Amino acid sequence: MSENIGKIIGINGNLLTVEFEKPVTQNEVAYAMRGDLRLKSEVIRVRGRHAELQVFEETTGLREGDAVVFTGELLSVELGPGLLGQVFDGLQNPLPKLAEKCGFFLQPGVYLDALPRDRRWAFTPIAKVGQVVRPGDTLGTVPEGIFSHRIMVPFALSKERNWTVDSVAMAGEYAVEDVIARLRNERNETVDVRLVQRWPVKIPIRAYEERLRPTEPLVTQIRIIDTMFPVARGGTYCIPGPFGAGKTVLQQLTSRYADVDIVVIAACGERAGEVVETLREFPELQDPRTGRTLMERTLIVCNTSSMPVAAREASVYTAVTIAEYYRQMGLNVLLLADSTSRWAQALREMSGRLEEIPGEEAFPAYLESVIAAFYERAGLVRLYDGSMGSVTIGGTVSPAGGNFEEPVTQSTLKVVGAFHGLSRERSDQRRYPAIHPLESWSKYESIVPAEQVALARGVLFRGNDVSQMMKVVGEEGTSIEDFVTYLKAEYLDAVYLQQDAYHPVDAATPPTRQRYVFDRIVRILKTKMSFESRDAARRFFQRLTQVTKDWNRSEWESGEFREIEGRINKMVAEVADYA
Amino acid sequence: MHKVYHRIERIAGNVITVHATGVGYRELAQVTSPRGTSLAQVIRIEGGRVDLQVFAGSRGISTDSQVRFLGHTMQVPFSDALLGRIFTGSGQPRDGGPAIYENLIEIGGPSVNPAKRIIPRNMVRTGIPMIDVFNTLVESQKLPIFSVAGEPYNPLLARIALQAEVDLIILGGMGLKYDDYLFFRDTLEKEGALSRSIMFIHTAADPVVECLLVPDISLAVAEQFALQNRRVLVLLTDMTNFCDALKEIAITMEQIPSNRGYPGDLYSQLARRYEKAVDFDTAGSITVLAVTTMPGDDVTHPVPDNTGYITEGQFYLRNGRIEPFGSLSRLKQLVNARTREDHRTIMNTMIQLYASYKETLEKQAMGFRMSQWDRKLLKYGQLFEERMMDLRVNIPLERALDLGWEILAECFEPEETAIPTRLIEKFWPRQRAEIETASAQPATVGT
Ligand SMILES: Nc1ncnc2c1ncn2[C@@H]1O[C@H](COP(=O)(O)OP(=O)(O)OP(=O)(O)O)[C@@H](O)[C@H]1O
Ligand SMILES: [Mg+2]
Repeated sequence: MSENIGKIIGINGNLLTVEFEKPVTQNEVAYAMRGDLRLKSEVIRVRGRHAELQVFEETTGLREGDAVVFTGELLSVELGPGLLGQVFDGLQNPLPKLAEKCGFFLQPGVYLDALPRDRRWAFTPIAKVGQVVRPGDTLGTVPEGIFSHRIMVPFALSKERNWTVDSVAMAGEYAVEDVIARLRNERNETVDVRLVQRWPVKIPIRAYEERLRPTEPLVTQIRIIDTMFPVARGGTYCIPGPFGAGKTVLQQLTSRYADVDIVVIAACGERAGEVVETLREFPELQDPRTGRTLMERTLIVCNTSSMPVAAREASVYTAVTIAEYYRQMGLNVLLLADSTSRWAQALREMSGRLEEIPGEEAFPAYLESVIAAFYERAGLVRLYDGSMGSVTIGGTVSPAGGNFEEPVTQSTLKVVGAFHGLSRERSDQRRYPAIHPLESWSKYESIVPAEQVALARGVLFRGNDVSQMMKVVGEEGTSIEDFVTYLKAEYLDAVYLQQDAYHPVDAATPPTRQRYVFDRIVRILKTKMSFESRDAARRFFQRLTQVTKDWNRSEWESGEFREIEGRINKMVAEVADYA
Repeated sequence: MHKVYHRIERIAGNVITVHATGVGYRELAQVTSPRGTSLAQVIRIEGGRVDLQVFAGSRGISTDSQVRFLGHTMQVPFSDALLGRIFTGSGQPRDGGPAIYENLIEIGGPSVNPAKRIIPRNMVRTGIPMIDVFNTLVESQKLPIFSVAGEPYNPLLARIALQAEVDLIILGGMGLKYDDYLFFRDTLEKEGALSRSIMFIHTAADPVVECLLVPDISLAVAEQFALQNRRVLVLLTDMTNFCDALKEIAITMEQIPSNRGYPGDLYSQLARRYEKAVDFDTAGSITVLAVTTMPGDDVTHPVPDNTGYITEGQFYLRNGRIEPFGSLSRLKQLVNARTREDHRTIMNTMIQLYASYKETLEKQAMGFRMSQWDRKLLKYGQLFEERMMDLRVNIPLERALDLGWEILAECFEPEETAIPTRLIEKFWPRQRAEIETASAQPATVGT
C-alpha cells in the first residue's frame, strides 16, 4: 500500500488545513513534515477534500505546501508492564528519557517508546492451549513492582470471533515486544500476543462483565472529605475553586494518602513545578501500605501549561486509558486530573480556530457531553474472572473569576458524585483544606455514622445562621445559647474540618482515628453547656480548640494522645450543664 | 534570495495581508513603506494568503509597500555585551549604543522538560516582612504584583530587585510611562546595578505590537544566561498592557473572544511566558516578578484571573501595603520549614488573628459594643499594620519573627492564639511581665 500524503494549505496556530487525495479517517494520526521533523497531529474535521488537523506541537516554521503523512491509526497508547513509576507527556513520551536524548528542552517531533524495549519481564503462563478466550482474559502474568501484572488478550480483538489459544510461551524472561501467545479464531486467522498492546485513547476499555454502583468508601485520610463529603471507589468527584484556594495541594495529599492500589496523575495544563514536586519527592517517600516507594504505585501524565495545547486534550485521555488498563487487573485506580478546565480551554481554542458556533463563554456547544463522557470512564467493574476493579476520577476545575456559574463547573457538577467546592473566603482565612462545609455535597456513604454527620452539619448550619445574625444585631443582641452554638460550629471547623497538611501526624487521619475523634467531638457538640458570659464562653472554646489541636498533632493512641483526651474530657465536664 | 512582494491586499488594524507562497508559520518579514521599515510576523496562512502583524503598526503602509520575507523567526543577540544596555521591544538599541549582532538566538523557544527541573529551595530575602515572613519569595518563582493604577508597584519592583541576591536583572517594560522608564534606569544606575542589568523597554509611546515581543525577548535572553549557571531575575511591567496588545490583534483577526474581549488562548499565552521561570537541574535559574495592574481593582478581570491561575502566588498591593489577604506565595512552604522553627506558626497565627481583627472592624463600623476580645483584636490589628505591614519597614526575617511574638504578647494571652504549646513555651516573650514588674519596682523604692 502506498502512503497517504496530503499537502498543507493553511496554518492558524496549531490548526492545519490539509488537502488530501486518498480517504482519511476522523481522529486518525498524521504527521506534518517540517524538513526531517515529523510533527504528530490528529484529524479533527473533514470538509470536502480538506482535512483539518490539530498539531500536538508548535507549528512554527511549517510552510504552506509541506507534506502531511496520514497513518490511518487512531491516537493510541502502549499498554504493558513498565508503565508504573513513569512520567509521560500527553502523548506518552517518557520525559526522563526525552531529557537524556534532547537535554533541557522539549524538542518538537521527537517520539520515544513508552515502554522500555530492552527490559525483560518474568512471564508465568496461565492460559492453556485450546482454551477459549475473550479480549481481556488473562494469558499469563508478570510481576511489576508489588503487582501481578496481567498479560491479557488484546482488547482490540473482535469479540464476535471465538478465539482459542494456539500456543503460550513457557515461563521465562521476555521483553515487551516478544510474542507470548498465539490465538486463532474460527476463520483460522491467527494473532500474536505480546506483553505490550495498543489501544486508542478516546475509546473506553470495556472488557469486563458488568459495571456496578460504587458503594465502598475511598479513604483519603482527609477528615472533611472522608467524614463529610466522601468519595467512593469507582466514583467521581470534582474540586472547583478559584486560583490559590488549594486544589492542587488537595490532590497532592490525596495522591499520597489515598487508600488505592495505583494513582494516575494527569497534570493537565498546570504548572510544571507542581509535577516536579511529585516527581522528585515520591521516589523518596515510603508507602506505609507496602513499604515500597510511593513512586512505584504512581504514574504521571503531564502536559503542563507551556507545553503544546492540543496534547493537553490528549493527556487526560492517555491518563484515563492507562487507569482503565490497570482496572482490568482487578486493581483500584485513582485518576487525579488537574485541571479539567485547561483541557476544556484546549477544546475552546480548537473550536475557535475551526470557527464553530460558540456556546457560553466561547466554549464549544459539545463541552457538556465531552465532560460527561470523560467522567463516565470511571466506575467499579466486575471482571470476567469475578474480581473487582475500579477507576475513581477526581478532577479539579478552575472557573474564571472563581465563579462556579460557568460552563465547565456546571457541566461537571451534573455528572459527578461528590462536589468539594473550595472557597476564597476560607483560603484567605487559611482555613485549609478550604472545602466549603455548607455548599459541598457527596452522594456517597461516609466512614462515620450518618446521624453523626447530620448532627455536625446541623451545628455548622445553625452556627452560620447565628454568625449571619450577629452581623446585624451584634454580639450583645445574641443570646448566650445561640452564641455557644456559633462557638461550637467554629470549634468543629477548627479542630476537625481544618487539617494541617504540613504536620507529620495531622496531615493524614486514618479511618479508625477519624471515627474515634469524630465521635468524641460530636459528643462535645451535643453537650449542653452553661457560661456566665459570652466572653467566658469564648475563652473556654479558645482553650478547648488549642488543646484539641494539640490532640490532633499527637500520635494515635500514644500516652500523649490519652493524656490530652483526658484533659479535654475534664474541660468539657467543667462547663457541662446537666440540668 | 528571499522573495519580495509588492502588493498588499488588505490592511486592517496592525495586520496586513499579502499573497505569497512558501512562507513559514511565524516567519519574519521586513515591511518597507515611505514611512520607514518595520518588522512583521506571519500569524496565519490560508490558501496562499498570508497575514502578518506589523510591529511598528500599519499606519503609513500603502498597498504597494514592499514585503520581504526573512526566512527565520524573531531573533535576539545574546552575549555579555548586552549587560548594562537598553533596547526597544524589538531589540534595537535605545541607549544610543551600538547594535549587537553576535550569537543570534530564536525567541519563544520550546519549554523546559519537567524532568530537568528541580524543586526550588532558596529563599530570596527582601527585608520586607510582608514578603519574608508571610509570603516568602523563592528563587525560580513566578510571581506578579497585583495592583491598581497609582500604587507604587514599580518602586516596589525596583526595591525587591535591588535587595535580592541575583547575578543578573532583566527588565522588560511594556507600555511603560516614560517617567517610569527613567525611574528604573536611574535607580539601577544609582544603586550600581546597571552593569548587571539588561533592559528591553517598550514605552506607552511606542507601537503597540512591539509590546508583544518584550516578554519573549527578555525571557529568551534570561534563559541563555541561566543555562550558563547564572541566577537571573526578570522583571516584567506591566503584563496587563501585554494582554491588551494580544486582545487587539485577536480582535483584528476576528477571533471569537471568550471573556471581555480577550482571546480564548489568553491563559496559554501567559503560561508560555511565565513558565519560563525555572530552577535548572545542574544550571542556573530564572525568577520572574511581574506587575499586573487590575482594571477597576477587580481580581476577577480576565488578566489578573488568568495570571493567578498560572503564577505561583501573587503580592496584592493596595493602599501602599502588601495585603495579607489575597497575597500568597505558593512556594513558601518549600523554604519556610528551614528558616526558623516558629516561622510557619507566626505566619499562620498572625494572619488568622488579623482576619478576626477585620471582622471586628466590621462590627465596630456597625456600631456594635466591643467585647473584651474585640478590644484585644483592635489593638493587635493596629500594631500589626504599623509595625509589620508598612512598606517602609526594612528588617531581616529573624527580627521580623521576633517582632511578631512581641506584638502577640502585647495583645493576647498565649492560649488565645491557638499556637502549639511547645512553641509557646519556647518563644512566648515571658520577660514582658517580668520586665514590667522589674521596672515597676525601682519606682516603688523611689517613693
Ligand atoms: N491544605 C493546605 N494546607 C496549607 N496550605 C495550603 C493548603 N492548601 C493550599 N494551601 C496554600 O495555598 C497555596 C495554593 O494552593 P494550590 O496550589 O493547591 O491552589 P490551587 O487551587 O491549585 O490554585 P490554581 O488554580 O492556581 O492551581 C499553597 O501553595 C499553599 O501555600
Ligand atoms: Mg493548582
